[in-house]
Amino acid sequence: MATVSAGSPVVDLREPAGWRRNKNRIATVAMWLALLLAIVPLGFVLETVIAKGASIISWQFLTGGPIPPNVLPAGTGGMGPAVIGTLEITGLAALLAVPLGVLGAVYINEYGGRGILGRLIGFMADVMTGVPSIVMGLFIYTIWVLHFGVSGMAGSFALACLMLPVVIRSSDEMLKLVPQNLREASYALGATKARVTVTVVLPAAIGGIVSGALLAIARAAGETAPLLFCILTVTATNANVFSGANTALSTQIFANANQVFAGAQARAWGAALTLIAITFILMIAARIVTARFTRYSR
Amino acid sequence: MSAATQADPATPAGSAGPLAHRRPLGDRGFQILAAAAGLLVLVILILIAFSTTQQASSWFTKAGFSGIFSTDWDGATHFGAMAFVYGTVITAVIAIVIAVPVSIGIALLLTEVVPRRWAQPIVYLIDLLAVVPSVVWGLWGILVFAPWIQHVYASIASGLKGIWVLGPLFGPPASGAVSGASFFTAGLILAFMITPIVTSLSREVIATVPTIDKEGAYALGATRWEMIRGAVWPHSQGGVVGAVLLGLGRAMGETIAAALVIGSSATVTSHLFAPGYSMPAVIANQFGEASGEFRAGLIGLGVLLFLITIVINLAAKGIVNRSARRMRGA
Repeated sequence: MATVSAGSPVVDLREPAGWRRNKNRIATVAMWLALLLAIVPLGFVLETVIAKGASIISWQFLTGGPIPPNVLPAGTGGMGPAVIGTLEITGLAALLAVPLGVLGAVYINEYGGRGILGRLIGFMADVMTGVPSIVMGLFIYTIWVLHFGVSGMAGSFALACLMLPVVIRSSDEMLKLVPQNLREASYALGATKARVTVTVVLPAAIGGIVSGALLAIARAAGETAPLLFCILTVTATNANVFSGANTALSTQIFANANQVFAGAQARAWGAALTLIAITFILMIAARIVTARFTRYSR
Repeated sequence: MSAATQADPATPAGSAGPLAHRRPLGDRGFQILAAAAGLLVLVILILIAFSTTQQASSWFTKAGFSGIFSTDWDGATHFGAMAFVYGTVITAVIAIVIAVPVSIGIALLLTEVVPRRWAQPIVYLIDLLAVVPSVVWGLWGILVFAPWIQHVYASIASGLKGIWVLGPLFGPPASGAVSGASFFTAGLILAFMITPIVTSLSREVIATVPTIDKEGAYALGATRWEMIRGAVWPHSQGGVVGAVLLGLGRAMGETIAAALVIGSSATVTSHLFAPGYSMPAVIANQFGEASGEFRAGLIGLGVLLFLITIVINLAAKGIVNRSARRMRGA
């Protein structure tokens, strides 16, 4: 702002017209170039993961087990234990984080309002979004794993901590979009605030809330760092998410990425493709929900 | 909803005064439940600070001020954090230097150049960058990208050897050979990963520039670039700086991709093509085998990382809020 009022104009319209047009062209080309620079690595990553992952993925790879030792070639065993682990751990995390996050957003939006507590919670949710995932892992390690041992549930706690502020923020934005006169009409009928919130406000915003939650789950499913020392890495299926070491696709990829054995690397690519497929499915589901069930949008 | 189920119609929500304490128990309970869920955020943040600091306290007391602020890390008796802090800062700065011009370029393209119906598919595409999990970036980085870019590094290094400023940065490191897994590779991968967030935040800011300002610039005969420089940029400067700081915080906390491609060597060197280490990366790689003092040191690194990212996020939030207030006032 100061640059404008300082006296020296940022833009000098008296420059030769040809040069001004050329500068405009250069800027436009630079913008398109920026887009290209962002898309090229994305294209390479997806191309590599699909090309290398598709050759190993089979029904046996997705459901079979146990995960073979690194030295064994591709085609033996399967990633079944990791697929089950990822689904269980992420699912439990969603069960914890989504209801709590929506309730938190309800507090900020319906009760806290402009009060100190409401604003503080909103602010802290923003701060919590910036906490690195590895710190969340350390946190759950120090507060849970040290006392109760590793389990899939400990991983779920870490993922839930990462998802909670995201769910709060996205739900909060959706609740803000619900028109005020909808609430007032319900109050006029004599409904209590809790009833208005549960039967009028939340249903009106449900499309956006669900789609925001799905995106948060998609991101959490790919997280590795918080799981590393909360669930450890095992090779056999552990269907009990509440006790015992477990495994997940992301931690398997991390463990295999530095291996020199071709079989281990192939399994890492296969697991990567599976993981990306899971996150994409969640993302597409979120888009469908947004398109079909959103009543109020910006 | 049916009116018949209303137990107490004389209880308008949010009303203060004598009527308020006749609110049904369920109504009260729901409010307390919601408040508790909201307060959970506060409780978790406090617990993070408390429990990690407690577990790292033996490192803080034993290593002391000089021990922590040294670069001496041998994993047995000396646990100086500075080599990791250095790696974290250097990789995050590389990521920012690359990602910010790209992100602002894309944000301007989306808001000022392409028509609206084209912008949405591009946004989806950029968001896909954020959906690719960190570990997949790392896997691709170490198995595909690093071996390829090592050749590029080698030719850059031989070309810039001995040149003032550029030599110490991009020349061949002391060990002689450039490394595919290095500070610069980690910075590049982090740049890919933070581009979507910086783009979407900048786009939100730029979208708030009043149309009347832009039309005014065009009416004066400005080209599109001149309009961006004269009308869009002054308006969105503050918000974009905030977006950049948030991206910086993300890049510093990014763990798994950095852990795989940074080269895992706790060294402080100006050579960007040499292997290094960062705080989250060393925690991820070594926590599994760590115990006792070593583990306390790694948790201590986590505490430092937590503090640094919190400070950066608070600064970003402050800048965004201040510029938003100023924009409303203007």
